[in-house]
Amino acid sequence: MIRYLAKRLLSLTLSLIAASLVIFAVIEVIPGDPAAFMLGLNARPEAVEALRDQMGLNDPLFLRYLSWVGGLLTGDFGTSWTYKTPVAELVSDRIWVSLPLAVYALILSTLVAFPAGILAAARRGGLGDVSIMGATQLGVAIPNFWFAMILVLVFAINLRWFPSGGFPGWDDPLAALKSLTLPAIALALPQAAILARVMRSSLLDMLSEDFIRTARAKGLSRRQALWRHAVRNALIPVLTIIGLQFAFLLAGGIIIEQVFFLPGLGRLIFQSISARDLIVVESVVMLLVFTVIVVNFTVDLAYALVDPRLRSRG
Amino acid sequence: MRWSIRACGRGARPVVHLNRNILLGGTLSLLFLGLAALSFFWTPFDVTRLDIPDKLQPPGGDHLLGTDHFGRDILSMIMMGARTSIAVAVLAVGIGIAVGVPLGLLAAARRGTLLDEVIMRGNDLVFAFPSLVIAILITAVFGASAVNAIIAIGIFNIPVFARLARGAALPIWERDFILAARVFGKSRLRISYEHILPNITNLMIVQGTIQFSLGILAEAALSYIGLGAQPPTASWGRMLADAQTLTAIAPHVALVPGLAIVLMVLGLNLLGDGLRDWLDPRIRVQRV
Amino acid sequence: MTHFSKLLGASVLALSAGMATAQTDITVAIQLEPPNLDPTGGAAQAIDSVLYTNVFEGLTRFMADGSVVPGLAESWDISEDGLTYTFHLREGVTFHDGTTMDAEDVKFSLDRARAEDSTNAQKGLFTDIAEVTVIDPQTVEVKLAQQNGNFLFNMAWGDAVIVAPESIDTIASNPVGTGAFAFADWVQGDRIELTRNPDYWGTAPALDSATFRFISDPTAAFAAVMAEDVDAFVGFPAPENLPQFEADPRFQVLIGNTEGETILSINNKQEPFDNPQVREAIAHAIDRDALIDGAMFGYGTPIGTHFAPHNPDYVDLLDNSPYDPDRARALLAEAGYGDGFSTTLKLPPPSYARRGGEIIAAQLRDIGIDAEISNLEWAQWIEEVFTNKDFDLSIVSHTEPMDIGVYANPDYYFQYDNPDFQDLMDTLNATTDPATRSDLLAQAQTMIAKDYVNGYLFQLSVPTVAKAGLTGLWVDQPTAAVDLTGVAWSE
Repeated sequence: MIRYLAKRLLSLTLSLIAASLVIFAVIEVIPGDPAAFMLGLNARPEAVEALRDQMGLNDPLFLRYLSWVGGLLTGDFGTSWTYKTPVAELVSDRIWVSLPLAVYALILSTLVAFPAGILAAARRGGLGDVSIMGATQLGVAIPNFWFAMILVLVFAINLRWFPSGGFPGWDDPLAALKSLTLPAIALALPQAAILARVMRSSLLDMLSEDFIRTARAKGLSRRQALWRHAVRNALIPVLTIIGLQFAFLLAGGIIIEQVFFLPGLGRLIFQSISARDLIVVESVVMLLVFTVIVVNFTVDLAYALVDPRLRSRG
Repeated sequence: MRWSIRACGRGARPVVHLNRNILLGGTLSLLFLGLAALSFFWTPFDVTRLDIPDKLQPPGGDHLLGTDHFGRDILSMIMMGARTSIAVAVLAVGIGIAVGVPLGLLAAARRGTLLDEVIMRGNDLVFAFPSLVIAILITAVFGASAVNAIIAIGIFNIPVFARLARGAALPIWERDFILAARVFGKSRLRISYEHILPNITNLMIVQGTIQFSLGILAEAALSYIGLGAQPPTASWGRMLADAQTLTAIAPHVALVPGLAIVLMVLGLNLLGDGLRDWLDPRIRVQRV
Repeated sequence: MTHFSKLLGASVLALSAGMATAQTDITVAIQLEPPNLDPTGGAAQAIDSVLYTNVFEGLTRFMADGSVVPGLAESWDISEDGLTYTFHLREGVTFHDGTTMDAEDVKFSLDRARAEDSTNAQKGLFTDIAEVTVIDPQTVEVKLAQQNGNFLFNMAWGDAVIVAPESIDTIASNPVGTGAFAFADWVQGDRIELTRNPDYWGTAPALDSATFRFISDPTAAFAAVMAEDVDAFVGFPAPENLPQFEADPRFQVLIGNTEGETILSINNKQEPFDNPQVREAIAHAIDRDALIDGAMFGYGTPIGTHFAPHNPDYVDLLDNSPYDPDRARALLAEAGYGDGFSTTLKLPPPSYARRGGEIIAAQLRDIGIDAEISNLEWAQWIEEVFTNKDFDLSIVSHTEPMDIGVYANPDYYFQYDNPDFQDLMDTLNATTDPATRSDLLAQAQTMIAKDYVNGYLFQLSVPTVAKAGLTGLWVDQPTAAVDLTGVAWSE
């Protein structure tokens, strides 16, 4: 186990180094001089040059890479060029929009997907199963930004039940939740559809396992067997999917945050790319990649603990 | 837009539904393929000509699906847009298969070696990147165009196929006929090509269909934020972006392209599910 | 809107009218968020939109009609030779941190802006200043190196506001000015809050507090106004929605002039656009009415030269380049491009450029020119088009006031190099007689129109959508500003 752990840790570190190199390389070639952009149309060349110096853009590439990575390791994410505030501060503000939004969407999708998946599995082949599976097909086919547009039209503009966008801050938790509701629904729809399908198929797999057959042979009805034994065991693959979805939701809300003009991480990246605020883009993308890599690592580790056979996997 | 998740949704579908899925999905997919093909020869109106006085006409009348904010015929735009969506998605999946499958086969052939490890960790690395963010980065670096959208989507298709190919190839390597081939002195690469590849083709076709539908969605998302095909090339995502502010005045401008995306993706997904149940022997084995 | 909500709206109005106190806060939306809060160190218009006249003031200031009036300088004397300006500052003006505003602060601000290492985006405003001298705490003397008829106008710009040395280090995130409103909070990505300055030297504003929100997405903008999440939207990004607001009694729509001449920029040094006949052909290929209707949904005034139609010196030169595709094709054939040619059209992000670009491309295609569209972010546009002049055609709105002078700079991005025009501008700068100036300006406008330097499209208008009860908002935009000092809710 220790050897396995060491091996995985080494590969984790290598992955992170590779990721940082890729991100730095991609971002360094983005055309558009950030200094010229910040000073605008009538800027004098000497003013632009002065700013480039201030921003450290005239330093050699590898020095900039080292100082960036060195900063990351010591928790210093650098200072945003456009906002002129530390990136860490920007991120810690925005994460309190993106994180709750991801959690909210995940809760909504789980609340919908679990009953739907269980019902579909229990009524396999029946009308309930067919209509739920049909609905999930539709759910994965609807582009979430289009769904968001429709939600705004109906619930914000016509019915005025929810705000059309923006985020009032957590001082008023109810208002904050209200403004995250439509975005969370838009994000949750395809996730719920996927989750319901995984839940159903994982339950059906369970139902064909030996211990369920044994339970049924002992006289439990199909539904009793489902509830008493299958659901609990089917949760493992479902939880994996939830883990993956969570990492996705954290970064993937980019378009939804745009539609609802939410000040979250996704919108921060988008704005920073158009403003050529490269230090923010670098650090936030690295943070997201770090999150995903660590989540994957943890999931792998958990599996290895549960199932020793996996440790020998290549 | 995590392109791998969809693949986990493999369900044990009752046999009676097989033909219906293929039939319904196939019909929908063929409808859009047909519209796209037809657009090479004929569209009801010329989509490159703007007729501004005729803008925002409701459906019916001269224009079956109405006109957009520049007075262009929406049906013609949908036909041209189908072409763009399909071309981008097919080529992106093509990249995924052309690069991913050989990588996966290679990893399987050299199972347990450093090469295998490097390929699989490389896959994990690509998976770890938030796909949409990287797509935006790519288009920010190289400019927004259909070609860059294809590359951006294609890159994220590579690990999907690599992983799947490796996973499917590994059990085949344990089978007797492979052992026989090795005894005859065939090289690992040759075995991969001659014996493994034909055995995983069905699986790749099924996954290809699913990735195709995800590609359509991804193309729509990219062109919605202005990073896909550039005007005057029609694209569904950009039609939606253009229509956004018009939803309250002329709802059809936003509804029609949205429905086109939904129907096309739905069709491909149904087709993929149907094909999987029909083609994939492993699912049948599992059911026995 | 349903009858029910109309009824509801009416009763809410009646209710608020019945209450003793009117609303004293406001939420104003603008499209872009300021990248930082230093109007003297950044070019972004959004900085001025939020802070100009509200938080920061200059020696002089712009009024809603574009006139320049005394600001922190109560009055001034100009020497006979026009080279020395003596400003008399107002008494009892303090910064929001309690420190007094005096001649030392003025000297500091002007010297800082014109310093060698200054990052002021409009450094050109200060180049004629030779020396700034403090006479006494209320008097400051500015010596110019040469006459400048625009000096008082220049001092009204947002880039020339007076800042304090005590708070300069944190100005980007915590601006301290002298205005009627003090900066309170900035939630990056969402809003900036201002509160009334109780110690303001001038007339106290009617509003207690103001919140600026930043909504660039046209759909979100529409939704936010419709749902009454914001009280006013200055520079509403979706002209197609304006008729709906006009028809809705809850809202008022103000259509204002801007200084934005929207042009099809042509690279005059680039083949084939170095041929005047090709540029003339392009001018005749453009159908301005269709363009304004299609890209701006009718909001915008056609222009025939690079000058604002609301300026008294404007000359109507639309007849110089009427829409005539046949003539355009004939001109192209004469120039040796009978079969047309291929070119590129690089577009910055605003919708006037993106939508306008699609229409212009279609109109050019009509006379045989195949213009491939390339959409750029602002940073890319500034580098490729503006700085490196690596472009054929582009569309952009030139929003600086009175900027016809840029045509005298042969290095300016469209690279128009005409010695006659450069002489004309030199004469203009040395002339003070209003009638002669007016005549010279007319000549200048005609010259660039006859040379078909660029395709002259339309003057950008700025729509403001506000709730019905709001008064005192600027209609026109002589400079980027959302001046809240005169804004109030009517009873």
